[in-house]
Amino acid sequence: MKTYDIVIIGGGPAGLAAAASAKKSGTDSILILERDKELGGILNQCIHNGFGLHTFKEELTGPEYAARFIEEVKELGIEYKLHTMVMDISPEKVVTAMNREDGMFQIQAKAVILAMGCRERSRGALNIPGYRPAGIYSAGTAQRLVNREGFLPGREVVILGSGDIGLIMARRMTFEGAKVKVVAELMPYSGGLKRNIVQCLNDYGIPLKLSHTVVEIRGKERLTGVTIAQVDQKGKPIPGTEEDYDCDTLLLSVGLIPENELSRAAGVDMNPVTSGPVVNESLETSLEGVFACGNVLHVHDLVDFVSEEAAAAGRNASAYVKGSRTAESGREIRMNPTEGVRYTVPSVIRPEQMDDTLTVRFRVGGVYKNCYISVYFDDERVMRRKRPVVAPGEMEEIRLEKAKLLERPDLKTITVKIEEA
Amino acid sequence: MYDVIIIGAGVSGCATARELSRYKVKACVLEKEEDVCCGTSKANSAIVHAGYDAEEGSLMAKLNVMGSKMMPQLAKDLDFPYLQNGSLVVCTDEESLPGLTKLYERGVHNGVEGLRIVEREELEAMEPNISDKAIAALYAPTAGIVCPFNLNIALAENAYTNGVEFFFNTKVEDIEKIEGGYRVKTGTGDYEGRCVVNAAGVYADQIHNMVSGSTFTIVPRRGDYCLLDKTAGHHVSRTIFALPGKYGKGILVAPTVHGNLIVGPTAIDIEDREGTNTTRQGLDEVIEKSAETVKNVPLRQVITSFAGLRAHQTGHEFIIEEVKDAPGFVDCAGIESPGLSSCPAIGCMVADIVKGILNPEENPDFVGTRKGVLNPADLSMEERNALIKENPAYGNIICRCESVTEGEILDAIHRPLGAKSLDGVKRRTRAGMGRCQAGFCSPRTMEILARELHVDMSEITKSGGSSRIIVGTNKDRI
Repeated sequence: MKTYDIVIIGGGPAGLAAAASAKKSGTDSILILERDKELGGILNQCIHNGFGLHTFKEELTGPEYAARFIEEVKELGIEYKLHTMVMDISPEKVVTAMNREDGMFQIQAKAVILAMGCRERSRGALNIPGYRPAGIYSAGTAQRLVNREGFLPGREVVILGSGDIGLIMARRMTFEGAKVKVVAELMPYSGGLKRNIVQCLNDYGIPLKLSHTVVEIRGKERLTGVTIAQVDQKGKPIPGTEEDYDCDTLLLSVGLIPENELSRAAGVDMNPVTSGPVVNESLETSLEGVFACGNVLHVHDLVDFVSEEAAAAGRNASAYVKGSRTAESGREIRMNPTEGVRYTVPSVIRPEQMDDTLTVRFRVGGVYKNCYISVYFDDERVMRRKRPVVAPGEMEEIRLEKAKLLERPDLKTITVKIEEA
Repeated sequence: MYDVIIIGAGVSGCATARELSRYKVKACVLEKEEDVCCGTSKANSAIVHAGYDAEEGSLMAKLNVMGSKMMPQLAKDLDFPYLQNGSLVVCTDEESLPGLTKLYERGVHNGVEGLRIVEREELEAMEPNISDKAIAALYAPTAGIVCPFNLNIALAENAYTNGVEFFFNTKVEDIEKIEGGYRVKTGTGDYEGRCVVNAAGVYADQIHNMVSGSTFTIVPRRGDYCLLDKTAGHHVSRTIFALPGKYGKGILVAPTVHGNLIVGPTAIDIEDREGTNTTRQGLDEVIEKSAETVKNVPLRQVITSFAGLRAHQTGHEFIIEEVKDAPGFVDCAGIESPGLSSCPAIGCMVADIVKGILNPEENPDFVGTRKGVLNPADLSMEERNALIKENPAYGNIICRCESVTEGEILDAIHRPLGAKSLDGVKRRTRAGMGRCQAGFCSPRTMEILARELHVDMSEITKSGGSSRIIVGTNKDRI
């Protein structure tokens, strides 16, 4: 069986940044396994700009952003295999994969970095009633057809869900000659970035109907129309509010789900809130030597944060492989997301193992205006940051300093919450 | 002139076609859709009922028990997924217990083997997720589950390789009596046959009424279902029915042969014979009633919902006979539940009637077996690698959720009566049937279909007809 120090599952933005970082941290034996025909992952179909403002201080398209990391990975001489699907990861870190040339093969890894990304929720998961005609696509599938293959999936479009891909596709479909009639969003707020609502809907006069959903799908062979209705506070359609739209296309942008089939099968503990692995400060999962980063860990809003997180995972995996981690004292501080904060990544911190500063990322569960993001060390509030508005569509972060945590040997819990002003 | 024209390529029509291909008959199947298994046969509970439901002495009872007994061997011969997982009819209130005993007695009378009534304690041990209200159940160890798509496809492929012709996108518009037989008029031309078999599902009354003065009516009875993710597939291991009682006929909860969990159906009589749309009310009923027999069904794990139409005949009995005022015209109508379970026996019965009319010789070249699409997941790593070496397409995963390779998709396209659409590929290989519901694989499968069928991407459909996936190219109308 071939062996590698680090095997990285997925060659998208997370896998690439993790690989480059691990290599620069001094680990040479690295293999990236990528199922698609090229590196770059979903960025290759994200041809709009707006990527890299944080990382490179300039606006890049998705493929341009990916290209910078792909070039770096190639310059660093990191090995990768394309068209290769990972079939299984064992708890002993034996990775089973398959492609046309090598057949099915196994690799013994010293460390594994999970970087499989996420997938889109489907119509079925929403259980929308009606027919099952052609013309219903997840926004990402439509994005692939349009942006990579030049095909128009439809001409009259209704979009359900205001996730970022849906918003981006509203604009893209308009560019390509389709009429986007409406974007319906079940929640009373959008799940996407504010800037995308402005630049992709408002600029093109596309209405966004909050607290609305699709209640019926018509058309036996190809979609002919949908009915949307307003929903009450519990998300139930309100009778009498139905509106019919004639359309040949329904795009769904109703959430992303971290793709953790392999992680689950390997026995990694999962966080039911993120649908991603539970990780500690090193982004290490419950399986020692198995790390996770990017959208497989929790769905990000900006790829810049994916790159940053993945670089940390790469560094930590390298340290693990080299055995250069500090000896364990067994001391763990539990992160406690509450009162508006849905989760934190990481969820456990071992202060001895952490970098000098650690970024803790999270999302909030609703829209809060003029609020504070507060951090408590046990019962003592240590941080209180005023925010004019926080929303579920945008990821939030706090930074913790190692020195401050080491100062408090009895610290058990760090609470992060939203406090009203 | 054909000896036999079979109208409808569902399980009844295809089982009949296969049985008739044992003889030297020139036979064809006319199907209005683009593929086999596009109507009732594709959207049902996928259950092989043991045979205790149908009334004593009925044709339904006889053919169900016979079909259920034939199914295991047929599954081996034709290589389709079938599992004898047993079924439980669950009783949840004392006053309905006599009904359970009655069902047991009916089953025994019908010739169902191994039936017994299990009490609460044993029931709980058998099915830990059984409802807390369950007090007893009728256990039928011979009940099974089947892949209805591959059952139907296997029957059709085997009939085809034994000489039966198939014509798709061929909708019967009228039938005329002619000298020595019938002229079947379709949108794509006329077909003449000495015999006609009417296996037209929800349209069987319309087809029958074209030739006979003695009419009957088929009512499409819609059933809504929810299909759950494989993570929910082990919630029950047997098929769980509710004892029909004061709350009406219940909802079944069952594993599928592929490891999902199926919950349904409703029973709503409608008028539209193409009305396969689920409704909010229907899906809510499925969700609500599933809790009557099984607790904690993980309904958040639903990956898709669908509706099928049973060809309900108002007399609730199979009509399988030569029509009295239309000699040579054989009805195979009213094939509602337990139609799927009965289909091997239905095929034999219809073929016997046709044989009685035609007196054909045996077909010495008949081959009764068929191999399905190879599933590499069944192979060892060594075998799998040998296969990939020989055909690298088996090393290329196209559908990640169900781990379907390009090799399997190529097989599905190029085999007899191969797939022409995304749904055709899906029903043959499961590509697109998993938890992401084809979001990932559909552009990839479309490319393979276009390449292999030598058509433009814009010609690829979800399920034939006007169900095209793409409507043009970027900026083509700007």
